[in-house]
Amino acid sequence: MRDALHFVTCGSVDDGKSTLIGRLLWESKQIFEDQLSALAKDSTRYGTQGEAMDLALLVDGLQAEREQGITIDVAYRFFTTQRRRFVVADTPGHEQYTRNMATGASTSDLAVLVADASKGLQSQSYRHARIVAMLGIRHLVMAVNKMDLVNWDETVFDEITREFRQGVSGLGFGSFQAIPVSALHGDNITQGSSAAPWYTGPSLLTCLEEIDVNCSAAELGFRMPVQWVNRPSQDFRGYCGRVASGQVKVGDRVRIVPGGTESKVRSIVAWKEERLTALAGDSITICLEEKIDVTRGNVIASASDPAQLSDQFEATLLCLSQHHLFAGRSYIFNLHTCQAVATITAIKYQVDVRLGTRLATRSFGLNDIGVVNLSLDRPVPFEAYNRCRRLGSFILVDRLENQTVGAGMIDFALRRAANTHWQASEINKSARARQKLQKPVCLWLTGLPGSGKSTIANLLEKRMFAAGRHTYVLDGDNVRHGLNRDLGFSQADRVENIRRVTEVSRLLVDAGLVVIVAFISPYRAERETARSHFEAGEFLEIFVDTPLDECERRDPKGLYAKARRGELINFTGIDSEYQSPMSPEVRLDTVAHSAEECVDRILLALEQSSLHVLQRNEEQNDRS
Amino acid sequence: MNGYLASLEAESVEIIREAVALSDKPVMMYSIGKDSSVMLHLARKAFWPAVPPLPLLHIDTTWKFREMISFRDRISAETGIKLLVHTNQQRLAQGVNPFTYDSERYTTMMKTEALRQALDAWGFDIILAGARRDEEKSRAKERIFSFRSAGHRWDPKIQRPELWNLYNARIHPGETIRVFPLSNWTEADVWQYLAEENIPIVQLYFAAARPVVRRSGQWIMVDDDRFPLNPGETPEMRVVRFRTLGCYPLTAAMESTASTVSEIAREVQTAKNSERQGRLIDFDQVASMERKKQEGYF
Repeated sequence: MRDALHFVTCGSVDDGKSTLIGRLLWESKQIFEDQLSALAKDSTRYGTQGEAMDLALLVDGLQAEREQGITIDVAYRFFTTQRRRFVVADTPGHEQYTRNMATGASTSDLAVLVADASKGLQSQSYRHARIVAMLGIRHLVMAVNKMDLVNWDETVFDEITREFRQGVSGLGFGSFQAIPVSALHGDNITQGSSAAPWYTGPSLLTCLEEIDVNCSAAELGFRMPVQWVNRPSQDFRGYCGRVASGQVKVGDRVRIVPGGTESKVRSIVAWKEERLTALAGDSITICLEEKIDVTRGNVIASASDPAQLSDQFEATLLCLSQHHLFAGRSYIFNLHTCQAVATITAIKYQVDVRLGTRLATRSFGLNDIGVVNLSLDRPVPFEAYNRCRRLGSFILVDRLENQTVGAGMIDFALRRAANTHWQASEINKSARARQKLQKPVCLWLTGLPGSGKSTIANLLEKRMFAAGRHTYVLDGDNVRHGLNRDLGFSQADRVENIRRVTEVSRLLVDAGLVVIVAFISPYRAERETARSHFEAGEFLEIFVDTPLDECERRDPKGLYAKARRGELINFTGIDSEYQSPMSPEVRLDTVAHSAEECVDRILLALEQSSLHVLQRNEEQNDRS
Repeated sequence: MNGYLASLEAESVEIIREAVALSDKPVMMYSIGKDSSVMLHLARKAFWPAVPPLPLLHIDTTWKFREMISFRDRISAETGIKLLVHTNQQRLAQGVNPFTYDSERYTTMMKTEALRQALDAWGFDIILAGARRDEEKSRAKERIFSFRSAGHRWDPKIQRPELWNLYNARIHPGETIRVFPLSNWTEADVWQYLAEENIPIVQLYFAAARPVVRRSGQWIMVDDDRFPLNPGETPEMRVVRFRTLGCYPLTAAMESTASTVSEIAREVQTAKNSERQGRLIDFDQVASMERKKQEGYF
């Protein structure tokens, strides 16, 4: 038997995808009798085919799906014929579930796109064709379904095929086959149909059995991301992983990326016996001749043709989250076995998935696809997605909610990563701090407009200045007059506003100063990112917790009144969201306490925090 | 091994290694059945020559076949892998049993509730289990790394997108991830693999003469004297085997003469009914598996 064919079905809602899969399972005799009697029961209750069996119910497995008669989530099905084994990802057609469609496509080699002959092509048909193309699928089969509803009219079929072929011509599909079918009645599914004598091509199943999806691209050399270091005893040290490309033999010279250390393969361990060689797709354990430092996330690669390494990329990104993705925001970045923190440094453009044109945008919403630049906190081993899916695909994960919010494909590394180096100056942060006899720190005040941030910040600076500290206040309004005068108050601009202030305060802390930041900074994600830019104990989040009605009562600049009159839009607290800190170092109640008392509390917290850091450093010294 | 089985094996080994690498405190559910046997074998391969660095957890309802329990203890001893066993003692004390309680309530208390108790008590964050997508419709929709909110609930509408072989295992305290390394295996694959790898399984899978009674059109084995026989009912000896294994009063036997793994593999390929047909608990109501899963069942 041939290798298994992994394929995804897609197309607009109600085009009959689930019915088509149900029909394939049915015709290839994959349905058991007890499943059939359950189907008969379900058909009467939820079916859309009257008294007849509703084959879609075989695959729409969730209660909600049966109730609504639609597919919500990707379902995986398996069936085998005499000639081939198949893994089908059946995916939803509704636009709001596009991310599930991408999920199904990511592990497939071929897409079956279902179109409805009676309705013609939908924008979703093009959308799905473009998504599967972006995910690297090179083989497309279009099942023009419900041909019975148009009396098997050849011109309808030809028109749809011609229009579609034109629409997807630039997408780089290596093969395209259109087949007229009726999933409901079974025509051209597993066998030819007498209803359409004008069609001489293969049935859907024959087409799927015969197609060759092996890619012809020159394969990369050996690469294996390390998943796990296996050290059961002093004399065994093995690196476990799945070979992503190429092959490896005992005795081969390999290089560890990053790091660049080289060694030779001493043995390839499988179950109870050793192997001499391993190929792409094999899960193995490698032992090396020399004892060198290799950890999870490293790639063991052929020494003569090692994996690339970079910390900046251009990538194609699909937004999987209802929360927008912004330039300036940072995310957990998972690439093969490697984890880093990635910041979207620029959104280059969004792709109109219907037309393929480029759109300018500041952010990506759910199901948007586009091209971005990414900057990582450290270099990672990779390959471009079109050369190796396993080393070029990544996901972005929200740092607070832990949701998977983006899926991306590396196009190439940006040259600047390789060519610019951080200048290490000989006078460093601790030298500057010693000179000023202080511990540099960032005191980050966040709260609603009118909560008292600026008042407290100014008072705090006066008290510290009087005590001989070297300080600087970054105030939201002031910075917007200069550095950030190009930014407005949209969500995307607010993210960028905070990103710049974070960078400036980091430079000032590096200069040895006590930096007091007084910014609304409404989003948790940016405050967490800001925190991650500082060392432990160097960043204190101070929540100026004044209730909205009190801020509005004070309204020192008359802005709430304006916002209420509709003269100001995107005003935090009124029509723009403020996300309260979950666990700030200091929480100030400005209703119960005066500004002076609030400053006392900050100074007290600062004292405790530096004591804490001192103690921890001492503990660490004791241990080492 | 044929190419397809080898690639299934390689994928499962990769998943098991990812789960363990991304976990602070992993555990592997061990139900003593054929799927558990395959999963355990794959875990041993994944970490060979080390013993898999995670314990096995068995939820013992006290109504398993006796042969299952002795097999469990033997496997744990032979492999050197640590075995944890948990029983819902409160419900046991209340006298919950599969005869006077209907199968749905019994399963909820002795399996789902017991499982939640065990996971909470030991504080596992990643739980590997041998469920397969081909078993049942709602399982076909399951991710390989499946997020559970605090309280072990599964919400099919907010599953994390799972692309490529990239698994998001990040969780907050109290939340867990269930990992299904055999997601893409079918029942036929499991039997073929058991045969090729010569993996030991409980004898109950093989045909033999066993004492059974006819209940609601199904053969139920009388495994011990706790089985309440109806007036006039006597167990008869029949050559039967089990296609899946669970609590003996809730697991129907099938008439079969298949007595080797390869005979079973052949039988499975021509089977007319799905394997879950022998599980009385799945027929409680439409979408009952989906609902049980939402409550924390596997």
